Amino acid sequence: MLVFIVRRVLLLIPVMVGLTLLVFAITRLLPGDPARLAAGPNASPEQIQQIAREFGLDRSLPAQYWAYATGLLRGDWGMSIYSRRPVLQDLEAYLPATLELVLAAMGLAVALGIPLGLLAAAQRNRWPDMLTSVVSLGAISMPRFFLGLLFQLCFAMALGWLPLGGRFPLGEDLPARVSGLLTIDALLAGDLHAFGVALQYLTLPAVAMSLSPLATIVRMMRASTIEVLHQDYVTTERALGLSRRLILLKYVLKNAVSATLTVIGLYFGWLLGGTVLVETVFDWPGIGLYATSAVLTQDFMPIVGVTLCIGTLFVVGNLLIDIAIAQLNPRARLR
Amino acid sequence: MSASLPRRRSGLRRGFYRFRQSVLSMAGLAVVMVLLLVAVCGPWIAPYPQDLSGAVHTAIRFQPPGPAHWFGTNELGQDVFSLVLAGTRISLLSGIAVVAIGSAVGVLIGAVAGFFGGLIDDGLMRLVDLVLTIPSLILAMAVAAALGPGIVNMIAAIALSWWPGYARLVRAEVMAKKNEAFVVASTAAGAGVVRLLWRHILPNVLSPVIVKMSLDVGFAVLTVASLGFIGIGVRPPAAEWGTLLAVARGNIPDYWWTAIFPGLAIFLAVFAFNLLGDGLRDLLDPKARR
Repeated sequence: MLVFIVRRVLLLIPVMVGLTLLVFAITRLLPGDPARLAAGPNASPEQIQQIAREFGLDRSLPAQYWAYATGLLRGDWGMSIYSRRPVLQDLEAYLPATLELVLAAMGLAVALGIPLGLLAAAQRNRWPDMLTSVVSLGAISMPRFFLGLLFQLCFAMALGWLPLGGRFPLGEDLPARVSGLLTIDALLAGDLHAFGVALQYLTLPAVAMSLSPLATIVRMMRASTIEVLHQDYVTTERALGLSRRLILLKYVLKNAVSATLTVIGLYFGWLLGGTVLVETVFDWPGIGLYATSAVLTQDFMPIVGVTLCIGTLFVVGNLLIDIAIAQLNPRARLR
Repeated sequence: MSASLPRRRSGLRRGFYRFRQSVLSMAGLAVVMVLLLVAVCGPWIAPYPQDLSGAVHTAIRFQPPGPAHWFGTNELGQDVFSLVLAGTRISLLSGIAVVAIGSAVGVLIGAVAGFFGGLIDDGLMRLVDLVLTIPSLILAMAVAAALGPGIVNMIAAIALSWWPGYARLVRAEVMAKKNEAFVVASTAAGAGVVRLLWRHILPNVLSPVIVKMSLDVGFAVLTVASLGFIGIGVRPPAAEWGTLLAVARGNIPDYWWTAIFPGLAIFLAVFAFNLLGDGLRDLLDPKARR
């Protein structure tokens, strides 16, 4: 298992090189003047020239890439014209909020999706199954930003149950920053009131974000459970007289989950892409909101920084999921 | 060959029968047909065509839905129904264009990689892995920001993140087909690479590609609307559903109709294409049916 983990972590290096190459290509190879983009819409010709010098645009492409990649390692991710701070500093400030939202949404989707998928497969072609199929296809088709707006209309404006947006009320004391995840920090500080408040703010965006991965997990879990149910060993277990519930929960679940986990890895990217939309709707101060406000102010380097950051999260998230699969299913360690 | 032909025919016919029997697939097909019709003639059947070219009526701002304005009016006094109708063309056209460009590029790259194998295959597939490391919406956002606003740039940006799925699919199919007897036979008969791929291999790998395309149009429409909502892509006054929704965000809750109807239009279009795609998958790709 340790060998497997070490090998997977080492494989990250070429992937990260590839990721930086791709981002480099977006900034330097597409039509459009990279220095002008990085300098912003109101830059003077002198400023643009200075950025062109910093980027080394007169040098060869490999030399430019080398300067760019070593700059990234040194922490030079460019400057935000709007906040007038280094992009990396901004990302550090906004990333915990995004992580909190993504983890909450993912947790919700997995915790509900796996049992619902199992239920649909066990009740195959009866009404609970039909209902989950149609509802989940509908949920996948639902634009997350529209769902977020509907939630705001219903639960925040009409009913007044939950806050409209933001992450924590202005003027209230934040719990001491340890992880940057407000709910966790509040619990660590033993402040139950702050935990409750943070949870209230987290609920609507997390539910809006979890719905389409939830639906996907239900569909995948249903399909892989049905496949596992047709395996010979299930027939044998049934012949041995094991109860349906025992077969489903002890033997089928484990095998069906590892197939579903692979898909969860792929949809992790969909979830990360969704942060941009959901954070914009709920004014959730994460890297997605940072990126969309950068779009509106034509602030180019933050957009590039967020792209790189989300790409890295996606790669690392998939690594963790691979490790989880290997933990569940020893056969996967050989691949 | 001749013996297998009638069996395949009857299999297809049974598939059509199943498709017609499936209420959901037929509903999806019906809605898609209506949407396509609206996309073709939307601007002509819009009740207030002058609103589409940016007419402003300050006297009738924020009228609630009623007989004169079915979906109400927006902050400029424009008829929301007309705007949503006109948006159908932009949204569907961009969605279909994204899938057309993405699948064309992906099929070409996948076919070349699968057919030649070796170093070419390795290189192209590493490129595919690379593009897949960034979630498509984020990649499209970055590329669109680099290219600048405009509908053509937006379509190009999304298509750039859309081809790898097709490349993987077609590569696997071509690799499976290229050693079959009919390919070997036409190689022996002196067929060149282009003829082999175009006349013999590609027609045989087409049905999974068509299924993927039909499933993808819905998500492409969704991505176009998402970029519009973020503020990249189509700029007002051009009526695009995501852009309409982004502008209307400031009007809720008092003027909810300006936001609800464009949002419902996006949902309806994506849902219909997904239902249709699910039905087509059952029809053309029986292996995937469970």
